[in-house]
Amino acid sequence: MNQANLSTPVANPRRGSLQRTLLTVALILLACLAPTVLYPTFLMKGLCFALFAMAFNLLIGYVGLLSFGHAAFFGAAAYIVGHALKVWGLPVELALVIATLSSAFLGTIVGWLAIRRQGIYFAMITLALSQVVYFVALQAPQTGGEDGLQAIPRGYLFGLFDLSDSMVLYYVVLAIFLACFFMMQRIVSSPFGEVLRAIRDNEPRAVSLGYQVDHYKLLAFTLSAGLSGLAGALKAIVFQIASLSDVHWHASGEVVLMTLLGGIGTAMGPVVGAFTYAALQNYLAPFGSWVFIIQGVVFVLCVLVFRDGIVGLLGRIRNRIGFN
Amino acid sequence: MSDYILETQGLGKAFGGFMAVKDVALKVRPNTVHALIGPNGAGKTTVFNLLTKFMPPTSGHIYFKGKEITQMTPVQVARLGLVRSFQISAVFSGLTVFENLRVALARPLGLSFKFWRSLDSLKSTDARANELIEAVGLTEFRDTRAADLAYGRKRALELATTLALDPELVLLDEPMAGLGQEDIAGISKLIQALKADRTVIMVEHNLSVVADLSDTITVLQRGEILAEGDYASVSSDKRVIEAYLGGDYE
Repeated sequence: MNQANLSTPVANPRRGSLQRTLLTVALILLACLAPTVLYPTFLMKGLCFALFAMAFNLLIGYVGLLSFGHAAFFGAAAYIVGHALKVWGLPVELALVIATLSSAFLGTIVGWLAIRRQGIYFAMITLALSQVVYFVALQAPQTGGEDGLQAIPRGYLFGLFDLSDSMVLYYVVLAIFLACFFMMQRIVSSPFGEVLRAIRDNEPRAVSLGYQVDHYKLLAFTLSAGLSGLAGALKAIVFQIASLSDVHWHASGEVVLMTLLGGIGTAMGPVVGAFTYAALQNYLAPFGSWVFIIQGVVFVLCVLVFRDGIVGLLGRIRNRIGFN
Repeated sequence: MSDYILETQGLGKAFGGFMAVKDVALKVRPNTVHALIGPNGAGKTTVFNLLTKFMPPTSGHIYFKGKEITQMTPVQVARLGLVRSFQISAVFSGLTVFENLRVALARPLGLSFKFWRSLDSLKSTDARANELIEAVGLTEFRDTRAADLAYGRKRALELATTLALDPELVLLDEPMAGLGQEDIAGISKLIQALKADRTVIMVEHNLSVVADLSDTITVLQRGEILAEGDYASVSSDKRVIEAYLGGDYE
């Protein structure tokens, strides 16, 4: 889909795209069958993280902006969806839309302030503004402070599908995730996406070609914040809780790590990274606090040995096999 | 004023107390190659950045086609038809040669915010992109990532992207920097060909290139215009020889 990110030119583009289609279909089938083998809640957690990492990847991978405040959009949407379902009693689809749009709006404000700076200063501004959101969540009476919003009702999708059944919810989350995944592929391979990559590669040159780069960055930031919000809202529905950990800067760090681990600027990287991260968290849980040490070692190895992430590593292995 | 495509009056730029450029009055005739030369630190690149609005001047005025552009932004002047290149070859390294040109050609189509459209919507630019790629001799590298191009080819690509905007005035910042002899010949030919329907202002260190290409040469020293004229008159100017060989020449 994305020519620029293929490490080797595909000899026959038609065969390449056929392979890609088959692979996509196979992965979707696998995702549909997965809850018969694996715990659906774990899978849904993975999908929510994957959506979050994908949204984050739009900025870091395609515009070259490192946001260190994405938890604000993830967490704010979690609270908003929780409040909309629990207090206002809105239908779940409407609550999701409101939460997503609210995060996108918040993203426009944060982005508008942050894109005036570059590099570490950009990251610091996003961190500072996300801390503001964190303290609002801590102090506001609606958020439940340290307790968070608990026992959020899952409700019925379109009044028909009972989401309290985890299997039903899983397929809803999967459908939303897939829609967002394909939307993201379209975004990065649209005329807009091409300008984003141009800005990432050489911002002054993009200016000299007559592009108002700030407008493109702001739109990318808004889209990324909105999708992060959708991820947070889904997570709140899955776990039926919105808590301070969703807006904490740890969550901002986690999404950076997931994306790095999977592979920046690739379609599958954030998905692979998110599931790897969720698996580490789940299956290493018996080790208690050692989880953090093990995670740390994994990330150090990732940065030292395969900088282009798991997806990049797999691509290199495939190329080597292909050439021999 | 209409005799000149670009004119400056009393152009100056101070960095703190240091006047990098002072009282520069440039007059550039259309359809010529106008070179800015001078020893290191003469203020060539600063003048260049002032003209393209990448830096705001501290004093003076800049007119493009008789219209004052002193207060405009780089994006605005680029859209008016005054397009610059960069000293370090400026290409979009993650994009292919073809995609580099498509980005340059796509802006006037007004599709570049439409994140829901496919790239097929830019098909109308394909023919022009291929034409420009051919003009700079990169046809066989059409689908190569710009990062993987040899340096000379990157410069050719940059020139093609600049031309994609169909600028009336092209500003080249050291187009020959870092190039080998054979590449210089190729790029020289491209610049020569530009003169037919465009104006070129270039900063260049390679004096034989300047001699071959330029119609007018402005020599800068310590931020001021030292001499101006064609190559023959400038190269025999005693002050210019002095500036290049050092103050204690006499």
